[in-house]
Amino acid sequence: MAATLEGLLPELEVIRKDFPILARTVAGGLPLVYLDSANTSQKPQVVIDTMVDHLERHNANVARAMHQLGAESSEAFESARDRVAAFIKAPSRDEVVFTKNASEALNLVANTLAWARGPLAVGEGDEVVITEMEHHSNIVPWQLLTERTGATLRWFGLTEDGHLDTSNIVDLITERTKVVSLTWVSNMLGTVNPVAEIARRAHEVGAIVVVDASQAVPQIPVDVVASGADVLVFTGHKVVGPTGIGVLWGRRELLEQLPPFLGGGEMIETVTMQRSTYAGIPHRFEAGTPPIVEAVGLGAAVDYLDHIGMENIHRHEQAITGYALDGLATVPGLTVLGPLQATQRGGAISFELDGVHPHDVAQVLDARGVAVRAGHHCAKPAHQRYGVQSSTRASSYLYTTPAEIDALVEALEYTRSYFKVG
Amino acid sequence: MSTDLDAMYQEIILDHYKNPLHKGLRDPFQAEVHHVNPTCGDEVTLRVQVADGLVSDVSYDSVGCSISQASASVMADLLIGKPVEEAMAVHESFLALMQGRGSVEPDEDVLEDGIAFAGVAKFPARVKCALLSWMAWKDATAQALEEKP
Ligand SMILES: Cc1ncc(COP(=O)(O)O)c(C=O)c1O
Repeated sequence: MAATLEGLLPELEVIRKDFPILARTVAGGLPLVYLDSANTSQKPQVVIDTMVDHLERHNANVARAMHQLGAESSEAFESARDRVAAFIKAPSRDEVVFTKNASEALNLVANTLAWARGPLAVGEGDEVVITEMEHHSNIVPWQLLTERTGATLRWFGLTEDGHLDTSNIVDLITERTKVVSLTWVSNMLGTVNPVAEIARRAHEVGAIVVVDASQAVPQIPVDVVASGADVLVFTGHKVVGPTGIGVLWGRRELLEQLPPFLGGGEMIETVTMQRSTYAGIPHRFEAGTPPIVEAVGLGAAVDYLDHIGMENIHRHEQAITGYALDGLATVPGLTVLGPLQATQRGGAISFELDGVHPHDVAQVLDARGVAVRAGHHCAKPAHQRYGVQSSTRASSYLYTTPAEIDALVEALEYTRSYFKVG
Repeated sequence: MSTDLDAMYQEIILDHYKNPLHKGLRDPFQAEVHHVNPTCGDEVTLRVQVADGLVSDVSYDSVGCSISQASASVMADLLIGKPVEEAMAVHESFLALMQGRGSVEPDEDVLEDGIAFAGVAKFPARVKCALLSWMAWKDATAQALEEKP
């Protein structure tokens, strides 16, 4: 039955061979069943090879070395920017800023808005709107911003079935709103949010829309302009790229009005002892030596995803997620948090198992070779909203097979018997 | 595969988890602390009463995994009624066991049921779970002693 699941990537076994780590075994010689891709994805050989090749053959600093290697390295780094821009359909490559990760990108926006003068400035009497299902990375920077500027932080609540409660959108997003920042896909509930609809309301009142697409870019074909975002961020390591690299896309007019974030080399036009003038975008936001090999790896990663096709990956994710939801429904005492239809959610599925704490679930699963995440998944407020202290989360990706979901379900049954529940 | 798992989930641990001792906050107390494991969100609120150089009561309220819950139960049972100095020594001994990566031989005379946690020391991710309530106890006891020199 599993083998005929509709929507699966047709060459799944070939794709799995692209990811060397999937062939390894874990303690006890068990095959690895990696269901923690929402935490970080595994890397295909082409990403690893591209990074090694860069280090072995083209390593040099970018933008400031006049020699051949410097030119090759700069070319590789900037061409990664081109690939990322194409991948998210950015109107201009200059709108793509490399950061360390999604968290840094969100802090970049929140900090530069705190320092902005003129119409973008966020100050007393202004409001910033987020949601109760954000990752801590999209909560804390806005708390810091509003605390530092005297602005007010407000948020969308959640409905019982795991969606954003947009019923009060008109009261929440008002003339006082300067920024609306929300996640496209929840890393805990899996919910896919109506970003375009919320952006429409935000734009009516002149607010900027920041979208945390950390869980969306890996799974959904993204067109930044069509999304309605003014700024969209994601993190490289969840899109089969390396750690240490993130992306901030912003509309040119907006980025050009924002003050610098970090000061240093590469972000300047000229420096005197009295003052400096700054480079244009994107370099204005990239102080110091950037994560060069990481950017090159990310370029290879998005090429890889493009090659397989984001539409196909999306279909695969939906098929696997639906199969997983069906499988989890057969486990007695198991409650899934968030929407129960695969079409309304991403591939991260958090759940509770009656009588067994998530840590213990994850530990027993690990002993069966099944890697999942347990805890609050950096979304404490969302857990609190549903009266849950922590949960277990299984998350799939383009290399996940129905057989791995079967292994998860079987390991959960084993967990119940191990802890003698039911 | 289940040998390490069984080494961690000793019957004693599962028993304490299902039937925790001394759980529930009680009066009187001189110090109350709240400790959280930031990586997983496990929490404990713990109260300590010190009288005549003895740990006269330890009570707690907690949420968390089997290891953190059982550890709180074992700790409270072990330390209540002990002279503060001896309790501190037991604390040291438990800490050494947990941080020993599985290489420390536990002393049953000192740790009693606490020796059941020896298997946990082999799982670095779980050591913090086992130590949560012990760290809270040490903190609360230090505060109680400051209060009542
Ligand atoms: C929705 C969401 N936002 C932000 C982040 C933060 O990503 P990073 O830790 O790479 O900055 C994550 C991942 O952990 C996430 O899932």
